[in-house]
Amino acid sequence: MHTLLAIAAGVMFASGLYMMFRRSFVKLIIGLVLIGHAANIVIFTSGGLVRGAPALIPAGEARLPDDPAFTDPLPPALILTAIVISFAIISYTIVLVRRAYQAIGTDDLDQMRSTDK
Amino acid sequence: MIIGSIAIIALAALLAPWLHRWLGWRAGYVLALAPAAGFVYYARELMGVAEGRALVSTLEWLPELGVSLGFRVDGLSMLFCLLITGIGTFVLMYATPYMKDYALRGRFFSYLLGFMGSMLGLVVADNVILLFIFWELTSITSYLLIGFDHDRLAARKAALQALLTTGLGGLALLAGLILLATAAGTYEISRMGPISGDHPLYVGALVCILAGCFTKSAQFPFHYWLPNAMEAPSPVSAFLHSSTMVKAGVFLLAKLNPIMGETALWDTLLVGFGGFTMLFAAYLATRKTELKPVLAYSTVSSLGIITMLIGVGGTYGTLAAMGYLFAHALFKAALFLIAGIVVHATHEKNTEKLGGLARAMPFTALAAVVAGLSLAGAPPMLGFVGKELLLKAGLGSANAIPAIAIASVTGVAAALTVMAAFVVVWKPFFGRKPEHAGHAHDDAANNDDASNDHGHHGHGDHAPHEAPFTMWIGPITLGVLTILGALLPVYFVDAVVKSAAHDVLHNAAAIEPVARTVYEGTSLAAFDMLYISTPLLISLGALAVGLVLYVLRKPYRATTELLAPIDRVGPLRMYHWALDGVVALAKRQTRFLQNGSLPIYLRFVVTAMLVLVGVALLRTGGLGTLRNDLDDLGIVEGILVLMMIAAAYATTRQRSRLATIAILGIVGYAVALIFVLFGAPDVSMTQFAVETLTVVLFVLVVYHLPRFALFSNRATRLMDALIASVAGLAVGALVLASSAETSIAPISWYFNEHAYPAEGDPAGRHYAYGRNLVNVILVDFRSMDTLGEITVLGIAAIGVFTLLRLRPDREPFAEPTGAATFGADEPDHKRASQGEGERPHREGSA
Amino acid sequence: MNSVILRTAARVLLPLLVIFSIILLLRGHNVPGGGFVGGLLVASAVVLYAMAEGPRKARAIMRIDLQVLIGIGLLIGLAAGLIGVAAGEPFMAGLWFEFPAPGLGEIKVGTPLLFDIGVYVTVLAVCLHMILSLAEDA
Repeated sequence: MHTLLAIAAGVMFASGLYMMFRRSFVKLIIGLVLIGHAANIVIFTSGGLVRGAPALIPAGEARLPDDPAFTDPLPPALILTAIVISFAIISYTIVLVRRAYQAIGTDDLDQMRSTDK
Repeated sequence: MIIGSIAIIALAALLAPWLHRWLGWRAGYVLALAPAAGFVYYARELMGVAEGRALVSTLEWLPELGVSLGFRVDGLSMLFCLLITGIGTFVLMYATPYMKDYALRGRFFSYLLGFMGSMLGLVVADNVILLFIFWELTSITSYLLIGFDHDRLAARKAALQALLTTGLGGLALLAGLILLATAAGTYEISRMGPISGDHPLYVGALVCILAGCFTKSAQFPFHYWLPNAMEAPSPVSAFLHSSTMVKAGVFLLAKLNPIMGETALWDTLLVGFGGFTMLFAAYLATRKTELKPVLAYSTVSSLGIITMLIGVGGTYGTLAAMGYLFAHALFKAALFLIAGIVVHATHEKNTEKLGGLARAMPFTALAAVVAGLSLAGAPPMLGFVGKELLLKAGLGSANAIPAIAIASVTGVAAALTVMAAFVVVWKPFFGRKPEHAGHAHDDAANNDDASNDHGHHGHGDHAPHEAPFTMWIGPITLGVLTILGALLPVYFVDAVVKSAAHDVLHNAAAIEPVARTVYEGTSLAAFDMLYISTPLLISLGALAVGLVLYVLRKPYRATTELLAPIDRVGPLRMYHWALDGVVALAKRQTRFLQNGSLPIYLRFVVTAMLVLVGVALLRTGGLGTLRNDLDDLGIVEGILVLMMIAAAYATTRQRSRLATIAILGIVGYAVALIFVLFGAPDVSMTQFAVETLTVVLFVLVVYHLPRFALFSNRATRLMDALIASVAGLAVGALVLASSAETSIAPISWYFNEHAYPAEGDPAGRHYAYGRNLVNVILVDFRSMDTLGEITVLGIAAIGVFTLLRLRPDREPFAEPTGAATFGADEPDHKRASQGEGERPHREGSA
Repeated sequence: MNSVILRTAARVLLPLLVIFSIILLLRGHNVPGGGFVGGLLVASAVVLYAMAEGPRKARAIMRIDLQVLIGIGLLIGLAAGLIGVAAGEPFMAGLWFEFPAPGLGEIKVGTPLLFDIGVYVTVLAVCLHMILSLAEDA
């Protein structure tokens, strides 16, 4: 499963990067979203993959059992905030693109270089 | 009190503009009290210092780190302190009437006093870093002074040239001083012992420090900035080029002589560069006809002499260096001040058009004669004493460069200097004024920079007249000192010069018991040198040859003119070539790297990252052992991941915006399902909710966004695909490597231990009382992070709102108008109908 | 999307989703859930309502300026951290208090719960503020 997820993360990252290289501003946002997903997968797999065993301490116990293994809770905690943050970033970028497009009338990133003069 | 002497000058610098507002142009006289007070202080301490009791003052700065601001005045520093404060006082008095017509007088005095304070700090600093800071301050303040007439291009260029040259040297100096301090084990100069030439840092420190000193003291090949710096008003030239700025380099050489001066390399470099500069600059001085350029090149020559003498070293060489330095400061300051008076009075600076001024300005002429004789090295002036010592030292030199070579070069340079002295003193005051030069004024006006030395020009014909008292009192006093010092050295010259020389002599420590008396047998009186000896004969010969050269100056100049093409390949060319090169390089790299195109930036960043990751992967031996874990693959997971892969790839091929957004949604939901399958339900729920909101967001704006357009050509797309693929491979490798690498222990056991108390455990506050570890981490263990994150969220929301509402074309915070994309706010349900069809067609839509 | 079905569904779903989100919030410390998910859920519910009734009405049912609500959420989070400081513990230290509640046994209330409420309020206000601003501007 690791191998497959590694391929998935790689493809998502490559696709996202390719989209960000495009001069179209909208594609930049789509690339950003894809790279966000890829990053989350990378973080998630780094904690080890365990099927169906969330880090929930069973009632009556004081800690998680050593066996069977459970999903390391740290990567999910990190990803959880990352997801919400990337939502905020995407929203902000979308609004920025809209305003830039309205103001400048182009979404060619290479056309925008002279606008801040 | 040392600090006090700097502080009072710094205070005067700060108050100068206000004083000028309150007192008018006479404020300069009040300001002159600051260096005068410093002079009185140092003069009173002179005898104590001469007897070996250095003044020490330490200001604790960071006592915990052992950093303190150490100030120390030994014999060498005392010589400079007296020159800076003494000549500084005269320069301020002189500048007061001189600058009367300048609008920005207050600023000028502020700069001048700031420079003076920096220079004083430089010579009394004991800590090398402190010394460096003052060194740079002199560079900056002298930049302001040289470029004071900032509406003239020549002045600005000259100022920049001086700043760049000395600033670059300053950087080298900083490196050299740090190397030196590392080698010596201390940053306090007074605690540094001699450093052997075998020390691994010695050569590096030496080269860097010499670069700093040679640029500052205008040694060949960095001599070019000094004559150009004559763009400064005359009082500035008199101060910077006699006793201060340019002397900082030789000061540091002298200061470090006991520490670094024991090697043949030091001696050879100093004698070589100093000797060549002396001769070359003396030759250049004879080719000039205008007052200040002659003096400027003669200054460069004198600096070469001092550098050479420090390299010659030994009892005589050191004494000669200090004696000549002192004599030079007095006569050169006087000559620059006199040149200023002459140009001020006649509006003419070409010596060939001047003549017979002695009758109109007798005091100035008197001072000029004394200073000129001293420059020429004629008895009984201090300059004569200096030159005798110089010749003696050269003849007795034990340097790798033969004594006979040093002495003969010195003799030639002396003859050329005599000629220069006649040009700047005899010609203007006693020479014959050419008939046709009666209205030299007009030529000068065309010349533009003839008028740079005075605030007013364009007066009609007027007879030259004597300068005000405060202008000629300086040159006269300096002239009197020049004679008195040579005739009766016991009164002050002995104390100043001998104790300075003692501190510079590098084996002084070895002869400590008699240290202060080492020079007692040496008389500095001019009459004691008037006996038949080789130095005296060379001196007299130089005087005679110089006089002949002056008389034959026209054929001499015509002959040397033939050599002029050599100047075109000189160091000044190199300077301009380097300067243009830097500017061109900066332009090109800016155009290349910072061209404003985000995709190009991204390509650079990603490629650089790939190179780094690639190197790291290769160095650590690749991916390690990879497990083949495809056999335990569940069918649902497999399908989900394949969907993710297919959907991610599809986004790059898709041309419709709406379809792309839908595909993005597929990726997001598939990722969410992976999370739930592998034991992260919290994340999964969050991802579902966020994905939904993201799609809503996209749909809200999609028709307001531009359509996908194809901007780049096929080659670019292929290149991007290549870079992106390699980056994707790297990320995939990273995932595999992180799963193979298990040597790092996870930190989650801590969260596990502290989440919930065991049954019967005394409920302490050390538990988080939570069974959902992900949530416990978010709101307890790492709650500080979470607080930061929700703050970022808040800021982003306000940013979005602001971007949408605050527009130039809209009232801030006005109620939104117009139709909404969804909802029933508007009774007529007017839809926003900006459909795709209305957009300019750019690419076939899907 | 001016459809009767959507309007009806939104009106019914909104209170249910809000109650569900509060359960997620309060139980989040022990079972999957918490402030982030809860906040996002309420935001989704209100966005659904906005789709049916329009963004202005959606703002109206919130009864409080969303920008003020963001500040309130952040202040709650900050206060949760400062309670620890007031008790002589480091900033953000978790403190728990037990209350005997009639019929329910003991109820434990801790600063982490208060902090989670701050997260809930902030996330909900942020997401709504963004989406509604965009919808109004569209």
